[in-house]
Amino acid sequence: MPGAIQSVERAAAILQLVAESSAPLGLTDVAESLDLAKGTTHGLLRTLADVGFLEQDAATGKYAIGPGLIDLSHARVDPHDLRSHAMNWADSLASRSGEAVRIATFVSGVPTIVHHVFRPDDTLQRLEIGLRVPVHATALGKALLAWGGFPRGRPDGEFDRFTQHTVINPRELTRTLVDVRRQGWSCDVEEHHPGEASVAAPVRGAVGRVVGAIGITGPVDRVCDAGGRPRAHLVSQVTDTARSVSRDLVTSRR
Amino acid sequence: MTARYILAVDQGTTSTRSILFDQSARLVAVRQLEHHQHFPRPGWVEHDASEIWRNLCRLIPETLHDAGIGLDSLAGVGIANQRETTVVWDRRTGKPVHQAIVWQDTRTSAFLESLADKAQSVRDIAGLPLAPYFSASRLRWTLDHVPLAREHAENGQLLFGTMETWLIWNLTGGTKGGVHVTDVTNASRTMLMNLRTLEWDPYLLELFNIPKAMLPEIRPSMDRYGTCTGVLEGVPLVGALGDQQAALFGQTCFDAGDAKCTYGTGSFVLLNTGPEVITSSHGLIPTVAYQISGQEPVYALEGSIAVTGSLVQWLRDGLGLITTAPEIETLASSVADNGGCYVVPAFAGLFAPYWRSEARGVIAGLTSYVNKGHLARAVLEATGWQTREVIDAMNADSGLTLRTLRVDGGMTANNLLMQFIADILDATVVRPMMSETVSLGAAYAAGLVTGFWPDLASLRRNWHRAAQWTPDMDPVRREREYADWKYAVTRTFGWIREPEPD
Repeated sequence: MPGAIQSVERAAAILQLVAESSAPLGLTDVAESLDLAKGTTHGLLRTLADVGFLEQDAATGKYAIGPGLIDLSHARVDPHDLRSHAMNWADSLASRSGEAVRIATFVSGVPTIVHHVFRPDDTLQRLEIGLRVPVHATALGKALLAWGGFPRGRPDGEFDRFTQHTVINPRELTRTLVDVRRQGWSCDVEEHHPGEASVAAPVRGAVGRVVGAIGITGPVDRVCDAGGRPRAHLVSQVTDTARSVSRDLVTSRR
Repeated sequence: MTARYILAVDQGTTSTRSILFDQSARLVAVRQLEHHQHFPRPGWVEHDASEIWRNLCRLIPETLHDAGIGLDSLAGVGIANQRETTVVWDRRTGKPVHQAIVWQDTRTSAFLESLADKAQSVRDIAGLPLAPYFSASRLRWTLDHVPLAREHAENGQLLFGTMETWLIWNLTGGTKGGVHVTDVTNASRTMLMNLRTLEWDPYLLELFNIPKAMLPEIRPSMDRYGTCTGVLEGVPLVGALGDQQAALFGQTCFDAGDAKCTYGTGSFVLLNTGPEVITSSHGLIPTVAYQISGQEPVYALEGSIAVTGSLVQWLRDGLGLITTAPEIETLASSVADNGGCYVVPAFAGLFAPYWRSEARGVIAGLTSYVNKGHLARAVLEATGWQTREVIDAMNADSGLTLRTLRVDGGMTANNLLMQFIADILDATVVRPMMSETVSLGAAYAAGLVTGFWPDLASLRRNWHRAAQWTPDMDPVRREREYADWKYAVTRTFGWIREPEPD
């Protein structure tokens, strides 16, 4: 394991100092308190201000804790909060698309289904809340992988092969994730279950961070066109719904 | 241009909503405005009926604007409303003479205790227990406390109504020829109507000293009340239901034996009992479910639970153990069971099946082992156990055994709770795709009258299953914990030893 990184330690010390101060601090205050050169201190302060962790007063030039740091403590979205905000939107997506809807997020680090709306045809279906999502073989998983926390966009390790279409080569998967990020949605075509396809899009919380994914799953001939691509109107229904849920999540937290 | 939409008005306890539905019963546009809650004294709850009417006048044009349609696209309008809340107004000025007194208001408790020897006769006629929850005692309070009110009520200058009556009167012209009617489901909650004849009852009017001249005409829930003026110029007003009856209708519980539970601040189980009034010997309320014009009424048994969602709010706002209501599921999932702890939320007494106003809440079974996770679980379970008590009472009264409970309302987002309810009822719990069942019920009522939907079967086809929970609990554990819950409930009894001062 590598040793401590000095600049990170110093940045942390600055944040602690500013947070504990009763009034905003100037460059000299910070440099003297931490016994650092002014040039180094200035660079650290500027960087922290650029990422929003500190805020510089335009008139006095002094620094205080910025909104980014406050948002950070709210960035985690409770999976049940997510379901509660998404429920009406998910119902409406199922009703319009005619397909089953699922929402996934990381629960204790594991990509998990946290909400499931049945396909509206009244056939016997089972709630899949709590099931693990295979990240490499489902639209939901790819959306989480493309934007979400863990090894960000760089899948590694062994992947199960579910069908002959499952992509298990990490390099190929990495290329797919680049496409996913570019187009703003993900899909799987018979990569998890034969005859089934799914489309998903990211749900964003505070500061635009991806906190989950919402998608539809259905028979491949209903979800995809003759060319094997997801139908455009379904893709826009999914991305519209994801945006609505995101808006709802963010406004509820103000 | 053919009418393609139905407008539903959902006049609730905290807000008023205007909602547009298309022919597939899909929600097209919705607007909502909250109104002020007035608490002039402990136990008193009031609304300003004029504020609610003004809000509705704002909401309707906004809803139509959102959908980009004009009044000619509306086939009709239906109303679902908070029940039992009483409005008294002057027919010449159109102004209420007092704030509307809300169903939660308990100012008439002491007065009702003085009528205790009449409880059985009231129950025989109206089907209701003598509780401040229903309109009659609060209407009497208004007549007794507003100067000249009784005199003006007797000469027909003052009008009484529950919220749907007030809104129908205003929508159909108000001081310029407004129609003064009430729907039969709302009338069944006033404690002034004979549940079998569906007419105002002379004995009850005398008991509560209410002049008949101020009462609206009782009409079926689905009927042509009148044509709107103003914000809905020319649109037929053709349906009204109390909110819980509307949810039963919106869930398409049209057959005897169908039941639904709406989980909100409080929770309400309604069981369709068909053409028969089933009197309860277990604390349930027989009530009118709906009546289609020209047909016999359909009745229901109702189990009202005062505190369910509001107990979760208490965990959030009163104890600060969670920051949002849905987080209770995270906290409750941190433990495997309730750790022996039970929370009985008799915050203002207990409703069904006990109807004890002197009970107050308890946390029972506390040991040093119990942590906040157990407490959160006990809070969720309280909603489940209260549902079980009401369903048990329904099974006993109706001689039926409930196999499937249809659920709706905000708490259905709580997966742990829904599974727990399936487990302890030993019944399937089903959530429909359209969770706005109250407004949907009002839309269905209006749509049936105008032919927008041809029949009940066409409404059933709009209903789709969004989720289903099947029971999976050891029966021995289920009955042991239920016994513990019931024992905890007995601990709430008799806490208030003297009537609270007026």
